[in-house]
Amino acid sequence: MDTVNILICGVGGQGVLLAGDIIAEAAIAAGFDAKKSEVHGMAQRGGSVVSHVRYGQKVNSPLIRQGTADVILSFEEMETARYLDFLKSGGTAVINRQQVMPMTVATGAAEYPQDIVEQIKKQGVKVVVCEGVKLAEQAGSAKTINIVLLGALSKHLNLPAEKWIETIAGRVPPKTVEMNKKAFELGSKG
Amino acid sequence: MKKLLSGNEAVARGAWEAGVNVVSAYPGTPSTEILENLAKYQEIYAELATNEKVGLEVAAGASFAGARALTCMKHVGLNVAADPLFSMAYIGASGGFVVVSADDPGMHSSQNEQDNRYYAKMAKIPCLEPSDSQECLELTRLAFDLSEKFDTPVLLRLTTRISHSKGVVELGERKEHKPAGYVKNIAKNITIPAHARKMHAKVEERLKMLAEYGESFFYNRIEEGDRKLGIITSGISYQYAKDIFPGVSYLKLSLTFPIPQKLIAGFINSVDEIYVIEENDTFLEEQIKAMGYQVKGQSAFEKEITGKSKVPILGELDPTAVAKGFGLQKEQAYQNIQVPGRPPVLCPGCPHRGVFFALNKLKLTVAGDIGCYTLGMMEPLNAIDTVICMGGSVTAAMGLEKALGVEMAQRTVAVIGDSTFFHSGITGLIDMVYNNSQGTLIILDNRITAMTGHQENPGTGKTLQGQEAPIVDLEPLVRSCGVKHIQIIDPLNLKQTEAAVKEAINNPGVSVIIAKSPCILIEKKFQPALRVDEDKCIGCKLCLKLGCPAISFDKAKKKSHIDPLYCIGCQVCAQLCPKGAMGRGEVVK
Repeated sequence: MDTVNILICGVGGQGVLLAGDIIAEAAIAAGFDAKKSEVHGMAQRGGSVVSHVRYGQKVNSPLIRQGTADVILSFEEMETARYLDFLKSGGTAVINRQQVMPMTVATGAAEYPQDIVEQIKKQGVKVVVCEGVKLAEQAGSAKTINIVLLGALSKHLNLPAEKWIETIAGRVPPKTVEMNKKAFELGSKG
Repeated sequence: MKKLLSGNEAVARGAWEAGVNVVSAYPGTPSTEILENLAKYQEIYAELATNEKVGLEVAAGASFAGARALTCMKHVGLNVAADPLFSMAYIGASGGFVVVSADDPGMHSSQNEQDNRYYAKMAKIPCLEPSDSQECLELTRLAFDLSEKFDTPVLLRLTTRISHSKGVVELGERKEHKPAGYVKNIAKNITIPAHARKMHAKVEERLKMLAEYGESFFYNRIEEGDRKLGIITSGISYQYAKDIFPGVSYLKLSLTFPIPQKLIAGFINSVDEIYVIEENDTFLEEQIKAMGYQVKGQSAFEKEITGKSKVPILGELDPTAVAKGFGLQKEQAYQNIQVPGRPPVLCPGCPHRGVFFALNKLKLTVAGDIGCYTLGMMEPLNAIDTVICMGGSVTAAMGLEKALGVEMAQRTVAVIGDSTFFHSGITGLIDMVYNNSQGTLIILDNRITAMTGHQENPGTGKTLQGQEAPIVDLEPLVRSCGVKHIQIIDPLNLKQTEAAVKEAINNPGVSVIIAKSPCILIEKKFQPALRVDEDKCIGCKLCLKLGCPAISFDKAKKKSHIDPLYCIGCQVCAQLCPKGAMGRGEVVK
């Protein structure tokens, strides 16, 4: 099996780093080698956040080479646009329907590209839009949005459902396990 | 047992397994999690040092006692700690002594991308470079043995992608190390010239022995493959090379100083073409080329050594950069689309905001320092003029005054965080007082070391492990340095802040303002969000000058808008609004 490459992007505070951990741990639970990489430090301060996750028989680089990502999992619409060069030909972008305004837009110095998802589709990218905010609220809390998105991502990967559930249960606060399980299910159906 | 660990977590685990007794370190990205993870082990004495020099010296003292000791820091931290490092290189190690340097190629969170392998070369101590989390654990464990075997500090050099990438690690058990105890030996432990001359001779001998050791060192390994191409590499670059050049021959070096010349010569002679793939500078390439293409006992090799002529020297390496360097990257299937940038910003409710707003308003020249508050330079606050290094704000402001006189001092302030002040700002302040300066220092006392992820410091009253600790109180400390004009303010109070700054810059002599307000992320005791009363808002955009992520401008309505998800109710914008349009939910319709 070729190494599977997933690039996750979003905004600091959205839960990108935990999502990456869960994918890597689920892959290991399923018997694969896995690596992930991200840069800490600015994650809490509203900057762009990106995490690389790779799994397969044996993984060398923790970073994905441009043009080889199987899936981009994007927590925020506009963030997707910064990483399209990572996607392989025929790869999929799973995009959360959410716009978070950067400071430049908030102050009126720049415009948020409202049609960004359409622009991405125009390049021929396979786009799956996930109603993350809505589904997370349906699951019981807006905070489960990263788990909803993992549910949506899971349809594009070859990891068994029980490994996902097991890993998620081990990584979220005990009181929220049921809610997060529901979030994962809603995401994978949505 | 196997576990997914970051490089930093694996270094901590490796040190624990090696029986480390004492750890002292100052936080710094990308090294911080090493100390944080070591703090979890009951068997280890681990502490937050006031700076990297202190950390290295405490570890050195523990090594004098025969204890196994470790200090860790970011690359620029080793500049601060360089003085004791070079002395310890002569003194050696009674108990295993490991210095971890986490370099930051690409400058994700740093002011430069220096390659600290050169410190090993300059101090003449061994340099180990792990390539993944598993090697982080194994080489850390082994570094203590090496240190004791060769009586030397060992530099374990990581980079951001080693520190912050996670991989599967096979865990071992702890082997307890009982400190042998302190034995007086002045010829070994006092670096007076008469002793040091002998020590230097030993250091040179030690280097020769280490070089010989490297020839058969398990972690310097040849991976035989296609002999048309041989790649010499180390650290994270090994992983990138393996992805871009599968199936060729590799010489993977883990002991990168001193280098194993015979092993390298043999490898070069066994392949047709040689690439040296390394991140940052030409550390390996230079040493290999300096071998003069000939090593005793080996045939001469007359081959071109291809290194930085293809591999970028600027920025961080990754598989794409390596592929591009050698012309192997195909044009990508999809193109990035230009969208507005998303730089990091000061958090909503951040107490630094009030200070920078005042400094911007008063159009002062601001000597800045290292921490979250460096973000005060960003638009729209735009309130920092210079940043040199940890503690450099105080002295830069002083230099401006000495060059241009009192008039400059009246237009200049220095800003520094509480932790950075303890780290190395206080020496500058003493210098200001001693040398009859006029100047203003604002200590942004947010009661935490925030940028690196909220570590305690001497001012917070808590140890690394969260236990109670004596508080080093800033106000009496500053007073005892000889500062007479001290104001303590709440930076979330804009009027008070502005008035304090005006008073300070016009005061003859040294003035210190302690802007005391805890980082909002410590306790997260948020107030209800404010709302904009759109009937009152006149669209003047004054509130937007705060650069608060919760405030945006609705172009269609020509009104400001507060995002209730982000606003924490700090009320700074409400103080600014000329029409009183910002209020609590219940009082605004």
